[in-house]
Amino acid sequence: MSDPQPPAQPEPGAEPVESTVGGAEPAAASAPKATVTATDTAPPPAGSAKPAPADVEPPSRWATAFREIVTGNAIISVLAVVLALIVGAVMIAFTDERVQEAAVYFFARPGDTFVAVWESVSGAYVAFFQGSIYNFRRPDFIAGIRPLTETLTFATPLIAAGLGVGLAFRVGMFNIGGRGQMLIAASAAGWVGFGFDLPWGIHMIVAVLAGMIGAALWAGIAGLLKARTGAHEVIVTIMLNYVALYLVQWMLRTPGLLQAPGSNNPKTPAMKENAILPELLGPQFNLHFGFILAIGATVLVWWILNRSSLGFKFRAVGENPNAARVAGINVKSMYVYAMLISGALVGLAGVSQVLGTVTTGFSSGIDAGIGFDAITVALLGRSTPWGILAAGILFGAFKAGGFSMQAAEGVPIDIVLVVQSLIVLFIAAPPLVRAIFRLPAPGSTPKRQRPIVTKEMEAK
Amino acid sequence: MKLELRGITKRFGSLVANDHIDLTVEAGEIHCLLGENGAGKSTLMNVLYGLYQADEGEILLDDVVQHFAGPGDAMKAGIGMVHQHFMLIPVFTVAENVMLGHESTKAGGFLDLQAARAKVREISDRFGFDVDPDALVDDLPVGVQQRVEIIKALSRDAKVLVFDEPTAVLTPQETDELMAIMRQLRESGTAIVFITHKLREVREVADRITVVRLGKVVGEASPTASNVELASLMVGRAVELTVQKDPPKLGEPALVVEGLSVIDHIGQLVVNDVSFEVRRGEILAVAGVQGNGQTELTEALVGLQPRVQGSISLDGEVLSGASVRKILDSGVGFVPEDRNEDGLVGEFSIAENLMLDRSNGAPFVKAANVQRGVLEQFATEKVAEFDVRTPGIDTKVGRLSGGNQQKVVLARELSRELRLLVAAQPTRGVDVGSIEFIHKRIVAARDAGVPVVVVSTELDEVTALADRIMVMYRGRIVGIVPGDTPRDVLGLMMAGEVPAEGAAA
Amino acid sequence: MSTVTTDPAVPLTASLDKTVVVSWKAPIAFAIFTVLAAVLFAAAGSHGEATFRLSQGNDLLQLPDVTLSSEVTSWVCIVLMAAITVVSALLVRAKRKVGIWLVALFAVIFLIGFLTWAAAGSRTPVIPLPGLLASALSLSVPLIFGSLCGVISERVGVVNIAIEGQLLAGAFTSAVVASAVGNAVMGPALGMVAAAISGVLVAFVLAAFSIKYFVDQVIVGVVLNVLVLGLTSFMFSQVLAPNAAVLNSPPRLERLPIPVLSEIPLIGPMFFRQTILVYLMYIAVAVVYVGLFHTRWGLRLRSVGEHPQAADTVGINVTGTRFWNVSLAGAIAGLGGAFFTIGSGIAFSKEMTAGAGFIALAAVIFGQWDPIKATLAALLFGFATSLQVTLSIIGSPVPSEFMLMLPYLITILAVAGFVGRVRGPAAAGKPYIKS
Repeated sequence: MSDPQPPAQPEPGAEPVESTVGGAEPAAASAPKATVTATDTAPPPAGSAKPAPADVEPPSRWATAFREIVTGNAIISVLAVVLALIVGAVMIAFTDERVQEAAVYFFARPGDTFVAVWESVSGAYVAFFQGSIYNFRRPDFIAGIRPLTETLTFATPLIAAGLGVGLAFRVGMFNIGGRGQMLIAASAAGWVGFGFDLPWGIHMIVAVLAGMIGAALWAGIAGLLKARTGAHEVIVTIMLNYVALYLVQWMLRTPGLLQAPGSNNPKTPAMKENAILPELLGPQFNLHFGFILAIGATVLVWWILNRSSLGFKFRAVGENPNAARVAGINVKSMYVYAMLISGALVGLAGVSQVLGTVTTGFSSGIDAGIGFDAITVALLGRSTPWGILAAGILFGAFKAGGFSMQAAEGVPIDIVLVVQSLIVLFIAAPPLVRAIFRLPAPGSTPKRQRPIVTKEMEAK
Repeated sequence: MKLELRGITKRFGSLVANDHIDLTVEAGEIHCLLGENGAGKSTLMNVLYGLYQADEGEILLDDVVQHFAGPGDAMKAGIGMVHQHFMLIPVFTVAENVMLGHESTKAGGFLDLQAARAKVREISDRFGFDVDPDALVDDLPVGVQQRVEIIKALSRDAKVLVFDEPTAVLTPQETDELMAIMRQLRESGTAIVFITHKLREVREVADRITVVRLGKVVGEASPTASNVELASLMVGRAVELTVQKDPPKLGEPALVVEGLSVIDHIGQLVVNDVSFEVRRGEILAVAGVQGNGQTELTEALVGLQPRVQGSISLDGEVLSGASVRKILDSGVGFVPEDRNEDGLVGEFSIAENLMLDRSNGAPFVKAANVQRGVLEQFATEKVAEFDVRTPGIDTKVGRLSGGNQQKVVLARELSRELRLLVAAQPTRGVDVGSIEFIHKRIVAARDAGVPVVVVSTELDEVTALADRIMVMYRGRIVGIVPGDTPRDVLGLMMAGEVPAEGAAA
Repeated sequence: MSTVTTDPAVPLTASLDKTVVVSWKAPIAFAIFTVLAAVLFAAAGSHGEATFRLSQGNDLLQLPDVTLSSEVTSWVCIVLMAAITVVSALLVRAKRKVGIWLVALFAVIFLIGFLTWAAAGSRTPVIPLPGLLASALSLSVPLIFGSLCGVISERVGVVNIAIEGQLLAGAFTSAVVASAVGNAVMGPALGMVAAAISGVLVAFVLAAFSIKYFVDQVIVGVVLNVLVLGLTSFMFSQVLAPNAAVLNSPPRLERLPIPVLSEIPLIGPMFFRQTILVYLMYIAVAVVYVGLFHTRWGLRLRSVGEHPQAADTVGINVTGTRFWNVSLAGAIAGLGGAFFTIGSGIAFSKEMTAGAGFIALAAVIFGQWDPIKATLAALLFGFATSLQVTLSIIGSPVPSEFMLMLPYLITILAVAGFVGRVRGPAAAGKPYIKS
């Protein structure tokens, strides 16, 4: 931090950017750009290829493979997680009373301090493991595996909302409105869930759809405003979070809307039996059908982004809105559609909360910070559907394990937030991670950090 | 102050933008740096101004070697620059812009705006500028903004003043006024470097002329040299672009443009009442210096410009006012000027880019699904047909060379049923081998009976391809002349001058 | 076309029409509000009287209470509002601008009408104006600090979503440091210093990631908020809660009434019976305003946020300017955070800023990136919150949630271009990458 001057050269992770300072001559200005691209990038194209210096021995295949692994994206993600867990461990150790007590006489008996550190950190992380994956202390497999199902239960809304945020990223938009969208979804789904009497199956479907549509429309406001007036979706979605919060708070305390009849608490009645998402593994587990819906959403998003023509247009708009516009794609409609779908997916997270996880009625805290967690999930999953699925499960494990850590070792659950946000910070800045682990800079162009710089369409 | 550049070399990767350039400018002299777009003039000046670091060579001021780490150093040494794209803060007043970076302050760090205003007034009185120090730069016409740039440089006691394509944005009247200002500056002993590619202006004010081509100094000329001499020095011998071309088999007029005007997003009239027609089987090349409305004209043809007056029709069907989608679907192929910005999605594979403007229906989309098999087959075919040098169709387009990228664009546009092809700068930043190929394909499209509009700032390309040449200047058509019109005549037309016999065709 | 055509008769660069563009937004907005008010007062007309209390018990100069009849006031206000609407429409038709004074006058009349209507329908139809205003100011203090932070960092070209995190960090450290020092004078003083430092630390991360690593500024901001929330909550549960007496019982900053000014009726107690932190805020607003627009520092700062290349070409160090000013902005936000704890004498608790940073962000935008206007916007938002509290205390039928929503709704309308022309610094959010 002592050196405020970033180097004049862009970091390897950055795109080569054309200098326009006095760049008077278009051909001259574009030529170096093209050359930078060509030299930076892997296969030397025919024609304008730069011959490799003859006296340099070509690296062995293994060396190349190793280089690709250590400079690739996957290793950065793994190292970011490791780094964040180390920081978490340091925090646990430093705030542990046993460690503090031992540290008082550190110079007399340093061993005590290390033992205390080890006990505190290992204890926390063992509790973490037992809370999120498998509990060895339980006699049978069914009870032992319960933590894993808890992880998946926590992961369900994270995956759904992460998909929503990630999809918007791919279209070049930043949906920070997860909280508001979840609240709207929860209210709509909850209202259908407790306020109507419908047959089994239909009730659930109607409730799920109501929630998703509500959230889609709420997010659609931001998309519509961006398309029509150019209002930046970041600001609009942030503000809509609070509008939704107060709207839902008002509805929750107003009899006849969401408030449970005969109650003075700002809380809804319990969901009707028919509206509740069925349990997947029987009553001893919390895992519910929402998880299947989240998997389904992952497949759907994968299909949309990678197979459908809509997704093709989405990605074109996200990568280069100008080229998309020139190719006849209606960029503004894509912004609206993307926000609608993004909102629906985030809405699914809200729905799974009220119809799956907390079916006894909800209050305005039902979003449980998932709207913001979803941003970190999407970033860690690099905005790809399967990446988000994996990241969602990882962060679900963090939550499940975090609660177990809190219960067993007294480590506050908030450490999960710290670890999560550190992971994202590290992932966003690969050069930093490389510097910490002294990894070589990528020789081949790194895949661009997808959402790191969202492109704006030129005003025309 | 005497400026001397010795052996300046600047490379961008494998491209040598400046190759051992020597240049000497004496005090009280206007030295013209003449060259085509892309000759390396601006790069040289950016080196001089400390924005780029030269790979080789040195800069001397009054025979003292200088080292400029940034523009600040260059300015301190007495070098001022009037940038082509003005380096002015639009929301600041004139006085604030002029003082920025070397503010005079009163006690406590408060800006001494009074001093800055006085400075602006003093300089503008000296040169008869009539610039209000308290006007917002954003509200000023372009010509006045340029004067602010000049005042800015002079307020720092610049002894060497670089004008980078200063007339590119000026009206003729403003240009004349600028010439007068430059003479005045010369009288006061300033050394002036005047970068331009406009012959008329050079002959009008230059004391000495250095001609640059492809990053090298190719000669010096005196201002008494004729336009033809200067033009041939600047353009060099015509690169032999052998385009095998039969005489056109002209068909019906297909594209008819009448009274077309385009207003850009800042409210300027960039295409001014343009009318022309293109027949089937004909290539109409639009020649002109960059920024004379050609870009906007092509964008208007495909519906990318929102504020358009006049009519565009293709085979009798009115296209003006239709969406881009509809215009493309009605059989218009478009090769945009800046392929990286507008033509391709760099992060997409070659195959994906090949379907970019056909993402709605057959053949690549069926029941909302991208037909990957069809696309793959199509892409493999086209990569072979258009000789795109690539490891495979899944390679990201951003990783290809310029020539291969352009082939992808061309392959995409030419593989549709076309009724019109509009190609803007089809070979900009493309290697020689690809140029030939691209030209061949464009001619082939014309021979298949497609009307073609090619926009190019390269005279070589224009003369190689054109059946007829339309020259644009400041948004208007200077004239439409036959394809075999001599280069020097075209050069003059591009400067806005019309030889009497060349007006009709 | 046979002669030289270089001189077209009309200069082509002439822009189309430079006629003064007058906006009908103001009259339309006035009309909407007038109709809304009329509908509200007519449909849910409250009967009775509303009392406005103008003085507090310990004021030197006691003002009598003002009592207004609901019906009369309502209709007088509506008539006045309608008149202003007509005047503004006439002004616009005459191609003249609708002055800010007219908008202010309209707002005041609307407010009087609304307050009378709301109070008259309440269980206790008394509005304690001094209390209302004082609490409006208190609620605004962190918002104003936060929005000054936002103004500086956005003006220099770095979008700051992390104001919330900076406030929270300031609240946390000031509470801890002030409690740990314990001294009633030194504690709060050091607490304020610590708060500023913690704000700078958060800003450092924002600056480092967005300026050095070119990470999207919005992402860094969002993540930083989560990080600070996690860190402070973790430390709160792990360290502060078990040792609350030592680490989390911050002494309150003392109120320092300014001798004469504090005795001015109504506004005296509100503005001049305050703590050093609030006086610092007045100074900060003035300094930032004067600094931004009248000093070398401000000129360079704004040039970097508007057109970094131009700044670079006159020898200004773009990255350095951004880095240090974002850090300075962090210090200001950190101070604002101190208001939550030592400024109010409240112990730190989890998430205690509760979205104030985002309201500050809204104030920055609604205030059009101007320190004075942003301050006024923050005061408006603070007033809306305070009004909501007052109304719910006196038992008004107006749902408080809708008052709380107001800042956010106004901001959405502002960014969508319905309220005023919102144009931020041109280069905000864009990393500056030199070749």
